[in-house]
Amino acid sequence: MDNLIELLSNGKFLEATVQTLTYVVIAMGLGGALGLVLGVLLTVTRQGGVLQNRGVYVVLNFLVNFFRPIPFVILIAAIQPLARVVVGTGIGDRALIFVLTFAATFGIARLVEQNLLTVPPGVIEASRAMGAGPLRTILTVLIPEGLGPVVLGYTFAFIAVVDMTAMAGVIGGGGLGNLALQYGYRQFNPWVTWAAVLLIIVIVQLVQLLGNIIARKLLRR
Amino acid sequence: MTRVQMIGVSKRYPGRGANAAPVVAVDDVTIDVGSGEIHAIIGYSGAGKSTLLRLVNGLEQATDGRILVGDDEITALPESKLRSVRGRIGMIFQQFNLFHAKKVAKNVEYPLVVAGVPAAERKRRVAELLDFVGLAEKSGAYTDQLSGGQKQRVGIARALATNPGVLLADEATSALDPQTSREVLALLKRVNAEFGITIILITHEMEVVREIADRVTVMDSGRAVEQGDVFDVFSDPQSQTTRRFVATALPTEPRAERLDELRERHRGRLVSLTFRDGDVDQPVVFRTLAERGVGVSIVHGGITDVGGRSFGKLTLELIGDDLKVEHAIAALAQETELEVLV
Repeated sequence: MDNLIELLSNGKFLEATVQTLTYVVIAMGLGGALGLVLGVLLTVTRQGGVLQNRGVYVVLNFLVNFFRPIPFVILIAAIQPLARVVVGTGIGDRALIFVLTFAATFGIARLVEQNLLTVPPGVIEASRAMGAGPLRTILTVLIPEGLGPVVLGYTFAFIAVVDMTAMAGVIGGGGLGNLALQYGYRQFNPWVTWAAVLLIIVIVQLVQLLGNIIARKLLRR
Repeated sequence: MTRVQMIGVSKRYPGRGANAAPVVAVDDVTIDVGSGEIHAIIGYSGAGKSTLLRLVNGLEQATDGRILVGDDEITALPESKLRSVRGRIGMIFQQFNLFHAKKVAKNVEYPLVVAGVPAAERKRRVAELLDFVGLAEKSGAYTDQLSGGQKQRVGIARALATNPGVLLADEATSALDPQTSREVLALLKRVNAEFGITIILITHEMEVVREIADRVTVMDSGRAVEQGDVFDVFSDPQSQTTRRFVATALPTEPRAERLDELRERHRGRLVSLTFRDGDVDQPVVFRTLAERGVGVSIVHGGITDVGGRSFGKLTLELIGDDLKVEHAIAALAQETELEVLV
């Protein structure tokens, strides 16, 4: 308990919270954008899509299926060489954010695809029948029509990324997960562990609430 | 004012599996839809009518044959060129296919944005269209706040936005109740009458054909089995499919099981008379029967208007002495088209 008060007062908790939020926000921003592009490409190139292209679909689908199931802690190790090439280092915050972004991209791609597939083919057909080209149909019909469920997908992804950040310590990153392991678990101090857990729960709840509000507004139910 | 010609049009899909035979959805169909005509294509589910309609605006590519919409040869144009042609071909759908994420006005505006119409002109046109379909006050509503009939009226406004010469209607009233369905059909009639827009509508309901169409094509298994003036097709159906459709819109000849019931209850001879556009003098028919001492009751049938001309069939029970009835039937056969139901 004393230990917890010390950690709270010397700013360690605050620092860890800011770190976690930084990781998640950057990974969700970059991975969210890349995942959206990839997810839209998966949706439109599949059979019956507005840019149906079997070759592209098969390749993208394979990539997503290849990277998505890799457990995050193993992915950190597996793509460390790639991290060195792209961000110049295999350890620390930058490497961690790279791997988080990488994982978020493929995870979000699938979520975006699944949610865009719920858009009725009829509205896409209507857009085509009015003379809209594929790009216009994607940007002004497909994405806006599927946005409600897609936002819920992003909320889900945000929480998954928070989960992933707990592994930060493996390559020298920080954050609440690392704090819980380093100061709580390893020092036999459940107070610290649970304080970190509570903070994570608060973050997750707030994001879920925000996601639900936005989705409800978009879905108008 | 646009004429639509489909000449020997076929659409085949590759069968599933390596050696599967191709599926023929549309099989050598020829339809010439005159400028300003309302042409109905009727058929059961899977008859190929929906596919045929999608060949007209190039949403799907015909395998064989030619399709001309006005001067544009749809079957000869690449997708990129088809886009501008589609601005001249409106389309409405059974499930309306409105954009849920957009308000009513934005739905109607969409094809105008696609066509590159300037914003001020778009605004004016949207107001004009919503006024035409009677939904001016719903301009700021979302589509899920509308009833089915209102949704289809938005669909019609949207389809008319770019002043198309042709309107394709894909089962446009099938999701609506009979009253709303009639209102939507009346609106389509107005569209046709006021703007001279050619309408091609597909349906599985003979009632729709009777209500609105000038000419009709009956499709079965991808083929056009019968074609012509709605009145002619109604009053003198040639194919089995057409007869079944006509029977759904009119209580003409009793169906087999109904005939058995009628026979249970009526001991006299049952004959069926066809009345077509005043070519039968009804008083003469009844006088002939009375003069020959034969009693009559009307047991089945009906007379209705098809394209402003009357048509129908009545099944009569002739009561009386066998010989008198025989003579009466012979006499009636001189006057009218008569069938003895045995």
